[in-house]
Amino acid sequence: MEAIKKPIRTVWDIPRHEQFAPGHNMCQGCAAALIMRMLMKVVGKDAIVAMGTGCVEVTTTPFPYTSWRNPWLHLAFENTAAAASGIEAALKALKRKYGIYKDRYVKVVAIAGDGGTFDIGLQALSGMMERGHDVMYVVYDNEAYMNTGIQRSSATPLGAWTTTTPVGKRMRGEPHPKKDIIGIALAHRIPYIATANPAYPTDMMEKFRKAYETRGPSLVHVLSPCTPGWRIRNEHSIHVARLAVLTGMWVQLEIVNGKPRVTVKVRKRKPVKEYLRLQGRFRHLTDEEIQRIQEMVDRYVEEINRWVGEEAIGPVEA
Amino acid sequence: MASAVAVRGKEEAGRRERRRIGAKGNFAAAMAVRDVDVDVAAIYPITPQVQIAEKITEYVANGELDAEVVPVEGEHSAMSVVVAAAATGARVFTATSSQGLEYMHEMLYIASGLRQPVVMALATRALSAPINIWNDYSDAFGMRDTGWIMIFSENVQEVYDNIIQAYRIAEHPDVLLPVVVTLDGYILSHTVEPLEPLGREEALRFAPKHPRGYRPVLDPDKPMTFGPVGVPAWYHEIKYQQVRAMRESRRVIEETGKLFGKLYGRSYGFIEEYRMDDAEVAMVSLGATASLVKAAVDRLRREGVKAGMVKIRVLRPFPVDELVKALENVEAVGTLNRAISYGGAFEDPLFMEVAASLASRGILKPMASFIHGMGGRDIFVREVMEMYKKLMEHAKAGRSARRTYFWGVKGHNPDDDQKD
Amino acid sequence: MTESTEPQGVERYLGKKYPRTWDEVPIAGIVPWPGNTEELPKHSWRTIRPVIDQEKCIRCRMCWVYCPDSAIVEVDKEYTNKKGRTFKVSYEVNYDHCKGCGICAFECPVNAIQMVPEER
Repeated sequence: MEAIKKPIRTVWDIPRHEQFAPGHNMCQGCAAALIMRMLMKVVGKDAIVAMGTGCVEVTTTPFPYTSWRNPWLHLAFENTAAAASGIEAALKALKRKYGIYKDRYVKVVAIAGDGGTFDIGLQALSGMMERGHDVMYVVYDNEAYMNTGIQRSSATPLGAWTTTTPVGKRMRGEPHPKKDIIGIALAHRIPYIATANPAYPTDMMEKFRKAYETRGPSLVHVLSPCTPGWRIRNEHSIHVARLAVLTGMWVQLEIVNGKPRVTVKVRKRKPVKEYLRLQGRFRHLTDEEIQRIQEMVDRYVEEINRWVGEEAIGPVEA
Repeated sequence: MASAVAVRGKEEAGRRERRRIGAKGNFAAAMAVRDVDVDVAAIYPITPQVQIAEKITEYVANGELDAEVVPVEGEHSAMSVVVAAAATGARVFTATSSQGLEYMHEMLYIASGLRQPVVMALATRALSAPINIWNDYSDAFGMRDTGWIMIFSENVQEVYDNIIQAYRIAEHPDVLLPVVVTLDGYILSHTVEPLEPLGREEALRFAPKHPRGYRPVLDPDKPMTFGPVGVPAWYHEIKYQQVRAMRESRRVIEETGKLFGKLYGRSYGFIEEYRMDDAEVAMVSLGATASLVKAAVDRLRREGVKAGMVKIRVLRPFPVDELVKALENVEAVGTLNRAISYGGAFEDPLFMEVAASLASRGILKPMASFIHGMGGRDIFVREVMEMYKKLMEHAKAGRSARRTYFWGVKGHNPDDDQKD
Repeated sequence: MTESTEPQGVERYLGKKYPRTWDEVPIAGIVPWPGNTEELPKHSWRTIRPVIDQEKCIRCRMCWVYCPDSAIVEVDKEYTNKKGRTFKVSYEVNYDHCKGCGICAFECPVNAIQMVPEER
């Protein structure tokens, strides 16, 4: 199937064809599985995927099986962006020298998790963005090293329990706020940056489509609720993802050539408590600690509103 | 299958005027890369290979080479880029040294495990700490179990010839393994020597390109999953396939070296024997160090000592039978290396290979290993002659050295290495 | 020269589907069978199963959209409900791929999907 060319406005614009096969080993209710399914529908068959080590990689390619219907390459954990750079450079050279795929656009799609992007893969990502490779980079962010069993990453949010940010007398979960990967991408002045969320599938897919259409590096940062890692019910993963947006914990952004826009506006925010209380990883938080997170989100929302020049995310509902 | 290409190549090469120039080893490497028409090169500066990167970009800037040069942010990415580009069907190249090789170490296994015909030049250099930019073979020996075919060069001409051959070997349908070609840091990388390049036309005839249609590549028209999870039920088999490919490469390396000789007059094998016909003691060495050993052999011969030398050209796959054949009639065998295996059965990793080769074929004779020249320390011909004399003592006593001799260490008597 | 480096075709590297011995494994463990996890049933993962009430279903597509396992199948099967409304499509569950997460039932705006216990 070809890549989606027309804007995705409603769920009826989503093609029926499944470019990403079921039968993979991702957990029940895994949002990353849904993200992959939607991503591959958008990019279609003429995309080469470079994937970093992580949940999706190990659960979709147990030899002799694969869930991928695209050419797909896994090298290692920290080099997804470098692998993608190499594929893109080769496609350029082969097209120029031998006319391979000369009448079609073959897109390079890099996919990695938060560990493979925010932490160990940051250098390769920076190199890829700075060199201007025509690569669409999708980070599915489940906010910890879930593949190895819920260890904190620099994408783990403030206060979250993980196996390496345990809750005890002296430690109360993750002590640091989440790293600002969007700010890092912005600093590289790449043409397209977006945040997305599987609870808003048309918004997410439209962002994938725009990243696909971009000629040059693009980054789509997708929140990916993890049922075992976040200690949430299987059926809640979309619900929780939606609450992240409705509480202002997660803002649906799109930054085209440096110009920011909020794509999913929230007139009245829900208190962050509604997002936190559904998740076992935040169960230990006291009212005071929740209040501190609320204040952090308030500041974040204020910052975003100032940046986009409108009240895209409104006040907390009474 | 007889190849018309090869025959035609021979005739035309014979007619062509041979051009001889002076070039540093680094430039010879870059020239070879230009002549085989590499599609993607990843470059990152590290001493002493950096001129290779400079020269390749210069060729691209001048239009002498049509390639995508990816100026990566580190060697790990350099190897990642070329492995991915090779998997997409491109002919690829990168070069590194020392810490750079260590930094990409993880990717070395992935290049060979994914069976990608990557070619890399390694300007050999000591490893930190302490930091040292000068030549030894610590970096090269550190990659001997990474699944790469390893070819050592003795002089600038060999650097060029080996890289051209490396592409033919790496991309051979029966091999599909990465190849590293070494050049001794500074000693070859920065030394101007005479060089007869083949030129692009000839190089491409010798190592023809097939960007599509002969090996699996990342291709939307035939989608495949490269690098899946090698589950316990299949990892073992996939690794055995790799072993078989490495074994198979022996035949290809041999044929390639012979063909090169037939066409261009410079023949290459797994080893090079120097004055071994009637030799009584033999030293095994490699790289540019072999030139030094040859000089020592010449002087010893003048003194009436029946000395010989065997140069290992191909370290992987290790030429067991060739080496055994060369050494079976000498009285004693020594090795001279510039790399240390700390705490190994012997500190010289080359010696362990040589000793295992002989022992596995039931040959026992006095042997001794010598390490000198770490981190760019000069080895003098006179010192190599002393090593030969030490080896002759072992021959006479009918006893092997118990440990590796460390030569040229200030305040250290190598004989002390044999004491408990 | 006894061996040519001329192309001999990609097929020789692709092994057998599915391999039984080392020499039948595709080179480097490449998987040349795109999307073949589809052959792997996941029903044993389930403790509960979704059952769609075609009468209640308003064909909003949300269950199909949100399913992480492509286990809700959209079929061109016309359905007329008791109120006389006709739909062009219907949604069915592929019980081979369904892992029983319950997202479809939770997200369904009209509660047309029930999660019922698996009985063994």
